[in-house]
Amino acid sequence: MHNSVTTIAKYTFLEALRNRLFFIVLIGLICAFGLSKFIGELSVTERTQIEISMLSVSLRLFIVFIMGLFVTTSIVREFNDKGFELVLSHPVARYSYYLGKLLGFCLMSIILSVLVSIPLLLEVPVIPVFYWCLSLICELFIINALAIMCLFTFNNITFSFSAVVLFYLLSRLMDLIQLISESPILETNTISQALINYVLDGIAYLLPDLNSFTQTVWLVYGEVSVTDLLPVMVQTIIYLVLLSTIALFDLYRKEL
Amino acid sequence: MQFYKFNQEVRSISFIPNSVWFFLCLGLLLQIGWHSQKVERSLKISNLPSTPKESVIRIFSLDEKIASSKFLMLWLQAFDNQPGISLSFKQLDYDRLISWLNLIYELDPRSEYPLLSASRIYTEVPDNVKRKKMLDFVLEKFLEEPGKRWQWMTHAIYVAKHKMKDLDLALRLARKIRENTSENQAPYWARQMEIFILEDKGELESAMIIIGGLLDSGELDDPHQREFLEQRLKEIEQRQSENLN
Repeated sequence: MHNSVTTIAKYTFLEALRNRLFFIVLIGLICAFGLSKFIGELSVTERTQIEISMLSVSLRLFIVFIMGLFVTTSIVREFNDKGFELVLSHPVARYSYYLGKLLGFCLMSIILSVLVSIPLLLEVPVIPVFYWCLSLICELFIINALAIMCLFTFNNITFSFSAVVLFYLLSRLMDLIQLISESPILETNTISQALINYVLDGIAYLLPDLNSFTQTVWLVYGEVSVTDLLPVMVQTIIYLVLLSTIALFDLYRKEL
Repeated sequence: MQFYKFNQEVRSISFIPNSVWFFLCLGLLLQIGWHSQKVERSLKISNLPSTPKESVIRIFSLDEKIASSKFLMLWLQAFDNQPGISLSFKQLDYDRLISWLNLIYELDPRSEYPLLSASRIYTEVPDNVKRKKMLDFVLEKFLEEPGKRWQWMTHAIYVAKHKMKDLDLALRLARKIRENTSENQAPYWARQMEIFILEDKGELESAMIIIGGLLDSGELDDPHQREFLEQRLKEIEQRQSENLN
């Protein structure tokens, strides 16, 4: 089991290397860095803070969407090339295949997170960047597991990537959406309003609290400690278990 | 999760190992439990930020002026409800609030939402200075397009008269409606509000002059309108003679 997982992880990682993913990320990194410097130059005051905010926000979004897209397209290609069937025709358990893939993507996420954190060190002390980087890794782990799960469920690149984007946006905005829905300006007290609130509360229970991950305030004001990172890690572990089992549920039902 | 066929053949649920079922239930329970005990973050009241330039908003919204105007209006509307705190309007900086409303107007000049908010929502504040700022904003926007925005002025008059108890301000606003709208642009009841406020102020002579002027101007084609105003004129004359006696 151990061997097959690491082998699949290794080849997943190699695929990312040969896909020039690093090259794309490097270009994105340079663009984001240049853009943040440009916006910083427009400011009258708080130039450094503006630059850090712009850089961290753009890099976070960029890396999340790139990783989500890469995982989705990589698995789809494997399905289309019958690589999936080829692997499972060997004495490899389905969960080993899944874990191998996830491990490979996660390894990739760690390297990319470290890579995008490096330019932040030009303006921010090491400790906040370290916490920010760890949190970004956790966020990417969830995105990887989610993208794999969506692919196993939908078998379609458009559906899967749309689901990943929707899920990510919802997870980031859920607190705000709930707040607005619970405090309408006009107190209508209609059944539909109550129903919408219940539905939103229900959805919120199933979504990870991604807005507490990878916060810009950590970098701009250095307001971060282990107590901020602990909930991020617990949420990541819980959500990885949940997403992985849903993915395995579909993987075990997949007909070769 | 596939409980049905989605583009492909699927195997029976019995193929799923028990351990997957176990971890699925465990993960679900842990997620619900984790969300339930989510600790409220420390509450911080943030102030309304100063407004960016219209061009900045246009760049960030990919030149979606209407959509960004609507989004900003919703954001502004929800601003007094910050996570875990409900701010009173008294805590809001009304100068900044007005500059945000102006920005929203610049992005979508046809929107009526900012005027509704200004005349109906933000005047709920128990502070006459802040109310006055909002009414001035409504007046400013009314003067830009009197024919389309007179109804927000009537709300403003209501606020000035009944909430602020400032009849002079109400009269000034009502006079603006009469002076800046024609009979085709605003209904008579709106243009005649000045008369009722003058009556409330006890300035019966001024009210009589305006009614007389309206009747003589020939603007009133509707016989019912004329009859109503003539009746009103008689009532005021009667009140005035009673006052003199």
